[in-house]
Amino acid sequence: MRREAPKSVADYTPLFFPALMLIVFFVVPFSTMIAVSFFKRNPSGFYTPDFVFDNYARFLSVFFGGVLGFSLMLAVLVAVCCVAIAFPFTYLLTRRPRHVQTLWLVGLLSVLSLSEVIIGFAWSTLFSRTAGITNLFVAIGLMDKPVALLPTFGAVLTGMVYQALPYTILVLYPALVRLDPTLLEAARTLGASPVRAFFNVVAPALRNTIVATLIMVFVFALGSYLLPQILGRPQHWTLSVLITDQAIYQSNMPFGAAMAVFLVLISLALVGMTLLVGRKENAL
Amino acid sequence: MSGLNINAITKKFGSFAAVDNVQLNVPHGTFVCLLGPSGCGKTTLLRMIAGLEEPTSGAIVLDGEDITPLPTHKRNLGMVFQSLALFPHLSVGDNIAYALRIRGASKEEQKKRVDELLSLIHLPGFADRPVAKLSGGQRQRVAIARALALSPKLFLLDEPLSALDAKLREAMQVELRQLQQRLGITTIVVTHDQREAMTMADLVVVMGHGRILQAAPPIEIYRKPADAFVADFIGITNLLPAEVDSAGRTTILGTAIPGLAMPAGQSKASVSIRPEDVHLGAPGGSAITGEVSFVRDLGGTIETFVEVGGTSIIAVTTPRERHDVPVGAKVGVTLPPASCVVLGS
Repeated sequence: MRREAPKSVADYTPLFFPALMLIVFFVVPFSTMIAVSFFKRNPSGFYTPDFVFDNYARFLSVFFGGVLGFSLMLAVLVAVCCVAIAFPFTYLLTRRPRHVQTLWLVGLLSVLSLSEVIIGFAWSTLFSRTAGITNLFVAIGLMDKPVALLPTFGAVLTGMVYQALPYTILVLYPALVRLDPTLLEAARTLGASPVRAFFNVVAPALRNTIVATLIMVFVFALGSYLLPQILGRPQHWTLSVLITDQAIYQSNMPFGAAMAVFLVLISLALVGMTLLVGRKENAL
Repeated sequence: MSGLNINAITKKFGSFAAVDNVQLNVPHGTFVCLLGPSGCGKTTLLRMIAGLEEPTSGAIVLDGEDITPLPTHKRNLGMVFQSLALFPHLSVGDNIAYALRIRGASKEEQKKRVDELLSLIHLPGFADRPVAKLSGGQRQRVAIARALALSPKLFLLDEPLSALDAKLREAMQVELRQLQQRLGITTIVVTHDQREAMTMADLVVVMGHGRILQAAPPIEIYRKPADAFVADFIGITNLLPAEVDSAGRTTILGTAIPGLAMPAGQSKASVSIRPEDVHLGAPGGSAITGEVSFVRDLGGTIETFVEVGGTSIIAVTTPRERHDVPVGAKVGVTLPPASCVVLGS
């Protein structure tokens, strides 16, 4: 392949379109949000342009710190659960015949057509006392009487894992399909049982893919604001819920913006740290 | 009994028999090449020996022990894959030490064995290099060393040299053969390259359509091919129709070949003669007369194509014994009866 430094403006033309998209859909709205986060709230109206740190100062409290911590913890947990479930599942799926794979992938894609609201209400029905799955357990004699499984932390986690799982599988799938099946066979001829070979060879060979997927699900879960409200108690509400609350219901756009900026910075820092740790281990 | 016994092994995929009732005895320390065109079942046979494929019927016996029910990881064998399958996340040393690590060998033991193997494959001091930084030939050697780490009873290689360029491949063939002789390990190589098989093997097993067509030492396969398929697959050969004429003499392309006997009760057969056994001389006499249609002068050898009544006969000579025969010249082709192999129909 030819690799030359671009010489004239014309050589940069392929970059114009992506750059334009990035500016229109990312740089402009994000800059607006950062600007608004320094504005002053006007209780009688919306906000007035200003340069104050009030919004950030208000955020630095035990309450919001706790919510931020909980949000990050929840997102990490969702990411770990998703990859832990999706990785072996996708691996086994790629070993099946082609038509079986297609069928599963179509099924997974159809799950993506469900909106967060539908997923939330479907799970709230499934976890309810009157119509939930516990009635099924009672029917087959596993439980004495039906109980409500929500609002609980487990319900929030289940709903969010369910929502993110198809994305996780679809991101892992191409890498696992491309994985050389002889890697596993080689490990077996060298005396490793299939399970051991999987953890010894398949998982480490795809380490970068796994890290990338973890980050993707983490970011995805961080933005979830409906499921925690439908399936959880107020203490299970994430920062995204509070941002929505401030921005839409309390009409406090500057404070909402400040929280959003903060969330983005913290997430970026976490992702950066993960990549840094990954690179250090790779260098060893 | 010592060695590997493959006992009436069959592998069916649906109704298609990839390997069809194969019987083969490999004495301890033998170098075997499974040779055949793609789809002949040679790789499936190798994978069954490795336990990566389950036979439909039959048994595989190694040193008197039936290993057919054993899973791959309990078979004590080393295998080199066509893709080499080096673990990309491990260094050269960790790749080679993988089998030892699985067995729970100590760090010192691992290091000692890795150093031993690295010097065996002429790559001393490579232990800490990442696999991605190696050349094709170096990866090849590392894959071989990794497979030999536990001194297995059986060394299996599936088209191991196919990714290398021609020159390197030839050098590795010699190296692999020398390594095998030094270690005295029973080795089975799958290949579709007859030259590779001739270079390395004690025993060449030619396969076609899931069956063994001929199993013999390489020179015997070359000199005495069992049928037209084997003759044609191993090296270049002239396949000529032979007939018994009314006078009871055996003729090839209408010319009697005294001293060439046909099998009893057969009046037609195919005869194989190697190009280097074909003599070219002046036309006339007892020779078959033909016309030179093409000359391929390769420097080291000269291939002369002689057209005889629509059939092409190839003769290979060295420049020293070259007769000056330009394209279009009439020549006499002599086929020494001792070099003619009458093939079964």
